[in-house]
Amino acid sequence: MKPRLILVGNGMAGVRTLEELLKRAPGQYDITVFGEEPHGNYNRIQLSPVLAGEKTIAQIITHAPEWYAANGIKLLIGDAVVSIDREAKTVTSAKGVTAAYDVLLLATGSKPFVLPVPGKELPGVIAFRDIADVDTMLSASRTYTHAVVIGGGLLGLEAANGLAKRGMTVSVVHLMDSLMERQLDKPAAALLQRSLESRGLRFLLPAATAELLGTERVEAVRFKDGREVPADLVVMAAGIIPNAALAKASGLECERGIVVDDALRTSDPSIYAVGECAQHRKICYGLVAPLWDQAIVCAEHLAAVSTAIYEGSVVSTKLKVTGIDLFSAGNFQGGEGSEELVFRDPKRGIYKKLVVREGRLDGAVLVGDTRDGGWYYELIQQKAHVGHWRNKLVFGRSFCEPEAQAA
Amino acid sequence: MSDGGALALKTTCTTCPYCGVGCGVLATPKPDGTVEIAGDPAHGANLGRLCVKGSALGETVGLEDRLLYPIVRAFNTAQISSPPPCGEGLGEGVVRLDELAAANAATPSPRLAELGTDSMSVPSSQSPSPQGGEELVRASWDIALQTIAEGFKKTIAEHGPDSVAFYVSGQLLTEDYYVANKLMKGYIGSANIDTNSRLCMSSAVAGHKRAFGEDLVPGCYEDFEEADLVVLVGSNTAWCHPVLFQRLVAAKKARPEMQIVVIDPRHTATCELADLHLPLAPGSDVRLFNGLLAWLHEHGVMDAEFVEAHTEGADKTVAVALQTGGSLAHVAKACKLSEEKLRQFYALWARTEKVVTAFSQGVNQSSSGTDKVNAIINCHLYTGRIGKPGATPFSITGQPNAMGGREVGGLANMLAAHLDIGNAEHRALVQDFWQSPVIADQQGLKAVDLFEAIHSGTVKAVWIMATNPVVSLPDADRVKEALLKCPLVVVSEVMARTDTADLAHVLLPALAWGEKDGSVTNSDRRISRQRAFLPAPGEAKADWWALAEVGKRMGFVQGFDYRSAHEIFVEHAALTAERNDTSQSKALPRQLNLRGLIGLNAEQYDTLQPLQWPVLQALGSAPAATASRLFTDGRYAHADGKARLLPLLPRDPANKINDDWPLVLNTGRVRDHWHTMTRTGKSPKLADHSAEPFVEIHPQDAMGWGVQNDRLARVVTQWGSCVVRVRATSSVARRQLFVPIHWSGTTASDARVGSLVNPVVDPISGEPEFKHTPARIEPFFVQWYGFVLSRQPLNETTLRTLPHLAWWTRVQGSQFIRTEFAGRGEPADWGTWAHQLLGASSDDLDWLDTRDASEGLYRGALIEGERLSACVFLSPRPEDLPARRWLSGLFAQDALSDLDRMSLLAGQAATPGVDAGPTICSCFGIGRNPIAAAIREGCATPEALGAKLKCGTNCGSCVPELRQLIALVKAERS
Repeated sequence: MKPRLILVGNGMAGVRTLEELLKRAPGQYDITVFGEEPHGNYNRIQLSPVLAGEKTIAQIITHAPEWYAANGIKLLIGDAVVSIDREAKTVTSAKGVTAAYDVLLLATGSKPFVLPVPGKELPGVIAFRDIADVDTMLSASRTYTHAVVIGGGLLGLEAANGLAKRGMTVSVVHLMDSLMERQLDKPAAALLQRSLESRGLRFLLPAATAELLGTERVEAVRFKDGREVPADLVVMAAGIIPNAALAKASGLECERGIVVDDALRTSDPSIYAVGECAQHRKICYGLVAPLWDQAIVCAEHLAAVSTAIYEGSVVSTKLKVTGIDLFSAGNFQGGEGSEELVFRDPKRGIYKKLVVREGRLDGAVLVGDTRDGGWYYELIQQKAHVGHWRNKLVFGRSFCEPEAQAA
Repeated sequence: MSDGGALALKTTCTTCPYCGVGCGVLATPKPDGTVEIAGDPAHGANLGRLCVKGSALGETVGLEDRLLYPIVRAFNTAQISSPPPCGEGLGEGVVRLDELAAANAATPSPRLAELGTDSMSVPSSQSPSPQGGEELVRASWDIALQTIAEGFKKTIAEHGPDSVAFYVSGQLLTEDYYVANKLMKGYIGSANIDTNSRLCMSSAVAGHKRAFGEDLVPGCYEDFEEADLVVLVGSNTAWCHPVLFQRLVAAKKARPEMQIVVIDPRHTATCELADLHLPLAPGSDVRLFNGLLAWLHEHGVMDAEFVEAHTEGADKTVAVALQTGGSLAHVAKACKLSEEKLRQFYALWARTEKVVTAFSQGVNQSSSGTDKVNAIINCHLYTGRIGKPGATPFSITGQPNAMGGREVGGLANMLAAHLDIGNAEHRALVQDFWQSPVIADQQGLKAVDLFEAIHSGTVKAVWIMATNPVVSLPDADRVKEALLKCPLVVVSEVMARTDTADLAHVLLPALAWGEKDGSVTNSDRRISRQRAFLPAPGEAKADWWALAEVGKRMGFVQGFDYRSAHEIFVEHAALTAERNDTSQSKALPRQLNLRGLIGLNAEQYDTLQPLQWPVLQALGSAPAATASRLFTDGRYAHADGKARLLPLLPRDPANKINDDWPLVLNTGRVRDHWHTMTRTGKSPKLADHSAEPFVEIHPQDAMGWGVQNDRLARVVTQWGSCVVRVRATSSVARRQLFVPIHWSGTTASDARVGSLVNPVVDPISGEPEFKHTPARIEPFFVQWYGFVLSRQPLNETTLRTLPHLAWWTRVQGSQFIRTEFAGRGEPADWGTWAHQLLGASSDDLDWLDTRDASEGLYRGALIEGERLSACVFLSPRPEDLPARRWLSGLFAQDALSDLDRMSLLAGQAATPGVDAGPTICSCFGIGRNPIAAAIREGCATPEALGAKLKCGTNCGSCVPELRQLIALVKAERS
């Protein structure tokens, strides 16, 4: 009999790990997948284009049920695992299914952070995490006028953009004085904000939400400074929390997320964790690239083909908000011991900042022109020396590459 | 003004305004406002050729920065004691500066209309006002002329005629010169009229007078072609007289056995044609030619019959030559030449009958310049090699009309028409001819002394015409001081701003080349017409007119009632012929005789073909009786009809190098610029060849003095200093420096080389020693370098006052001005600093920039509409600044493409093409890199390069550089 592998969480990280595993050791395991959402696997990142009306749900499904069947994987959807018995090596689902495993892979993702404010339970207050949330927003946009998005991060801006495209008047509320502070430095954020304002979005920042007002349904948002804005729909996009509840309940070592070692293994050697739920070297990742890195290392171990080590990921963000290209990677905030190369063309909405540390590219923020993002990302990952390109680096690959070839 | 349009394009035959070769030019104004320029195949000086400066004349006729109206400093008009007798009073006559733009816009001239309202035709408000801060105001001609006339009259009345002076120029036409000379010497009664020809040709004049009895160039250009040996002494002919050089190149090509010797401390482009180059020690020419004379004597190379019949002084001269040049070893040592080379030169000269010894500024601009001229002439007289085809000493003149000025007496030590100021009979002749109230009876002040007299307050009113002495005279800072102290400075100018015009109390708008009408005389005595083919812009007027008007207003009505240049010319011709017929009694014979031109009517004057003087027969009388050579009969202008050999003791330059001043500063021209760049500075084509002021220094000296190639250095003398870019090159000998003369206070922060030159002069000619000033060089410490390309010139006050800027220089490009600069220290924010530099103040600018703060790099660009308005680049390392060439091309675009906008601050095309490098061929805009590439691919001759890239196939000025490059690339490969 084959060893049994159970995947908890039918999302991007888990399914990618299965794919990597199947590439390396097809048929090595007897695989079962539990998924809470009633769909096959889909690309969560593409929910924004769906909200904005640029894509359909069908277009973002990456793995339909047929894929699981074709690979001999047992798929249980619309059923969440609610407990793990590590002694017995079994899991039990909400619908009462119990299954035994030899190896367990947790990929439970994360949950939206819901502000602990009065009124957070009111109808019309939602998060932006899954297909159901998108459905709620789409129906609200057909009926209501005023939307408030709480959170000026990547997710919040995409929600705001989508809702605006659906015809709503959208205000973005942000606790910090600068948008997307984890991905952009202040000049870039300011440029982004100006561009979005010119396309109709309103911004309230810094603004701390005190209360959501309403009786039958949310009607307004009140801030700590007393201001109020009308709101028929409030989207909470103030951050995500690694979904480690199941692991914690089963006694696995957890901090913010499920603590894993460099092999993506939890404190229980039979249990692995990948994706947003995992905490590796103190870091919980919320972006897609680290998932791919983790999936590979984890699959190597599951297939027992190597003892590869996951050393963490250099994070890069590449996204488009209302046609504005954004990119950031690495330690773009700079700081002590780093040097900054900056390019600005405000008229065309272009801002680029490269952070150089000890002669190597260490971080990058690009707004408006991100075509070199991938190349910078490579340079950051390779820890390549860039001293000889320093004068041209900010102008991109086409200016540096001839010299690179010559060197 | 004709109403253009439907008319066929009219071509005008005129004469080039640059060097003394005096080439004929065909100018054709086009309906679009441009002027097509071609060489005149029918002109004897150039036979259709033009050099790069001449070819680019069309780029210099624009009205940008022209002075178009008389300007008077407000306080000065108020000082006029009596009200103007005619015309409007001060109240109506004075127009405020701010009204001028409107006045400009209302002017009908199409060339003016092109200017738009951006270009002020008066010194703009940014102009410093060194003459005490009084307001410059536009005035009517009437007010301006009255101011001058009253000022001069008052000064003369209080301090005598020698308290006023004219300082004129070899750029003036003969007619202008004639009237200036007449007014000063015949009416004011002083000989205080001197000219910038003093700075370039007066040693030749003095040498000619001593040897021949009259200021005469015996030969003609054909002699260069007929000679078997051409010796070029102190003449970078390839760059300074390119068309004559090209004739020489062609002659040598046709007869390769023809020998060419260059005698010059520098290895110039001219040396590329030479069979022998003698890099003699600066100032040792007299010893070299005394040595030659001694050699000739010792080897029996003498035309005894000629010497006996036609010369005086040979014995004594030879004795001194033997004494000072009899030992070859001694001469070689003194001249710092190898005995081998010296012997080779002497033997070659001795055995070659047909020899032309041509000389220019390297001979003239010396404290022993006149002696150098005579040392050369001595050798020609001793061997009878003069007045014969292919055998002559030959002075190559610097300016287009230095010769014409000499003919009318426009120098302080001449009278007029080659008559002497010290000769009572000559004075009587001139005074009778003019019917003038007085006649100057003693020499006036020569240029350097003249400005010294202004400084000391002896001369209190000066009228400067068509020259820029604050840049060009020796010890030029003292000249500036002098003018600042002078109670009345009048400047006739074409440009609104020059270093000298900035100091004027009255500025008169003069006609520029293409607008003025009259005649000039070139190096081989050829009189040619300069003809107008463009309308006079604004209120600009001929200089002769302004002079005559002032004369009339000073009360000399009868002598100055000219209506045209033609009337002046025939008067001048008549004066040359006055008592100049040897068949008559009381004759005072002179070679200069234009008897045949006295009867010219206006039409004949208009259509006058180039001809060499003397002109004894009337036009149309067969055969055309113009002589191309003088002295063919062995008769000279001294009273006894004999030429003089002069015994000459070699003298070292006045100031010798020593431990404190261990280097010799030499000055001169570069290929593509002229004088103080007021004209060539307008041509982008010419600007590119030498875009910055520089100092050439031998690489080993550079190392020794701690200056680096391409970095800045300060050249210091006891009189002044300048800051220029270092060019380390072995074309200058050890312990020598070369700095070009062209940069002024309006084109660079600190590069007026005139301020460094020692104010010592030749005791006879008064010509300054520009070629030898003891100097030292030191690194000029800066922390960063940068440049701006901008459609509008950067504000001069900003350039002079913006913190951190330590040095700048600027040059015209095609639709932009390039300003190079360097500085020290760092502003708090480079972006703010760059905005200030460009005068860009508004918040809502389309400004893009890039910075690397820790490396001190900043680049910014200002876009207006879709067009690039300006860009600025800064770096601590000059080699990190991008090539200017690609950026320059962006100014030609009406709209920047997205790609160009992205590439702009990178300073290169997104797909980096080959950078062409510095321009070598200005005519076709071919850079160094493609030429070097073609040489590597097998082009081994200039002809092959020309066939492939066209370089060198137009004017040929760059052919010597092509040869150098071929040699260099070959050397690299071997």
